[in-house]
Amino acid sequence: MIWNEHIECCSRDAMTQRQSDGLRKMVERLYFNVPFYRKKFQEMDLSPHDIRGIEDLHKLPFTYKQDLRDNYPMGLFAVPQSEIVRLHASSGTTGKQTVVGYTRKDLDMWSEVVARCFSAAGISKKDIVQIAYGYGLFTGGLGLHYGTEKVGASVIPISGGNTHRQLQMMQDLGSTVLACTPSYALYLAESLEKAGITREQTKLRVGIFGAEAWTNEMRKELEYKLGLKAFDIYGLSEIMGPGVACECECQNGLHVNEDHFIPEIIDPLTLEPLPEGQVGELVFTTITKEGLPLLRYRTRDLSALHYDTCSCGRTLVRMEKCKGRTDDMLIIRGVNVFPSQIESVLLNMHETSPHYQLIVDRVNNLDILEVHVEMDEHFFADEIRKIEDLNKRIKHNIENTLGISVGVKLVEPNTIERSEGKAKRIIDNRKK
Amino acid sequence: MTIQQLSVFLENKSGRLLEVTKVLAEHDINMSAFSIADSSDFGMLRMIVDKPEAAYTALKNNNFSVNITQVVGLVVPDTAGSLYNALEILKKDNIEVEYMYAFSFKDNATVIIRSANAEQTAAALKTAGFQTMD
Repeated sequence: MIWNEHIECCSRDAMTQRQSDGLRKMVERLYFNVPFYRKKFQEMDLSPHDIRGIEDLHKLPFTYKQDLRDNYPMGLFAVPQSEIVRLHASSGTTGKQTVVGYTRKDLDMWSEVVARCFSAAGISKKDIVQIAYGYGLFTGGLGLHYGTEKVGASVIPISGGNTHRQLQMMQDLGSTVLACTPSYALYLAESLEKAGITREQTKLRVGIFGAEAWTNEMRKELEYKLGLKAFDIYGLSEIMGPGVACECECQNGLHVNEDHFIPEIIDPLTLEPLPEGQVGELVFTTITKEGLPLLRYRTRDLSALHYDTCSCGRTLVRMEKCKGRTDDMLIIRGVNVFPSQIESVLLNMHETSPHYQLIVDRVNNLDILEVHVEMDEHFFADEIRKIEDLNKRIKHNIENTLGISVGVKLVEPNTIERSEGKAKRIIDNRKK
Repeated sequence: MTIQQLSVFLENKSGRLLEVTKVLAEHDINMSAFSIADSSDFGMLRMIVDKPEAAYTALKNNNFSVNITQVVGLVVPDTAGSLYNALEILKKDNIEVEYMYAFSFKDNATVIIRSANAEQTAAALKTAGFQTMD
């Protein structure tokens, strides 16, 4: 079902017109209300009148996560505090936390975009949605909450953690939708298995998974283990939270709610915009947000954009499933390595558990990457040579994919820390 | 004719064996034989216990990778040449031994033999007059 056909299926010309109008107003508002942007404009000798439409987007300055930190906590807000009705804060996984604020209108818009996402995933008022994202400062829980209510589905606001209770509610209330991070979904799947509950014994049919990059192989794994169709939802607190983009039933990229968030793909080194279809860093400009509007925010997520009409009928631009964050990218002996590449290899082998961790060290000025993989008890053999053989094959497959040599270590089951939120995949000892 | 052996995957990390023996002690499980094979990264603990099913469940619940395999417990007199006589039988029947380990107690020695087919191995030894554990 399409929640807002008028917007989601509108012509490119109409969308461009809408974006240009929004952008002009937004630039003016920022220039007069946010000293940080006014100063940037003045330094660049740029006037709000120079921005006539989205064709001038590239003239605007970038905004970095550091700018939010430098103006902590509310220095970039474009409205007085009295207009702010909600505050959230980033998890601070990559450094000092940042604070974001929403006006009443921002929250309405957030519900609207989440409602579009949920409709695209086939969720309706007949569904029971178990939101196992953290509620609180993290945008995941509350962000999806109001959108779910807007669609009319029943919300179970269980938040993250307390796995035993998650399983109980899932069974007692008959949850049809599970919304959480893919790593927590995996943990819940394992817990169901341990408790002897088969996928047929739950009513789950849709998974809304996001807040971290995950691969299509992980999708297959989760769909198989939980007996549902898994959808990727994208968002980041600086821009809004979950609901910036989401997959439709075609799962051929995520439809960006571009009437609110204009996406661009840039080359992270030259900072030049890249043509349609090329992979680069995703950059967002908000055009309707009141509390914390941002110009060309550097997400550090890698993706590509596609403007052709989707088979679902939506014309909203599609972003490819994120390949990972540039800050998750490891540079090992000069080669770029994403955890997602290793995840793909492991899941394609069907012989190991999907739990892994990457340990990076520097020995004698040489980077060493060691991949720890949990032994899957289903494949545990009594013979040492079979285990050594498995170890060799994992090593061989990872090296083939990455093009660098790695160490592989099989570890005991359940020894890699499980996550109720975002998974910790990397331990980089080089930074110490 | 054959007996159940437990195999446990152990990371090469201090305290792992201690942990296994603790779980077994807590569940009142007695080990009568064991061996540890090691590679550079991991070890494999193989053992014969009095309550294999209970030990399997207890270890599994404590997050160990564990499985049960059928092996032959060959009982031979603790005298020179006993093992030679038994192995001759296996050679004659073309039975390949994956691994074995042994312990002796009073006048007898027990040899745990892991081969591709435990039943066949036990039958061959029995036919030749050897005693195997039940």
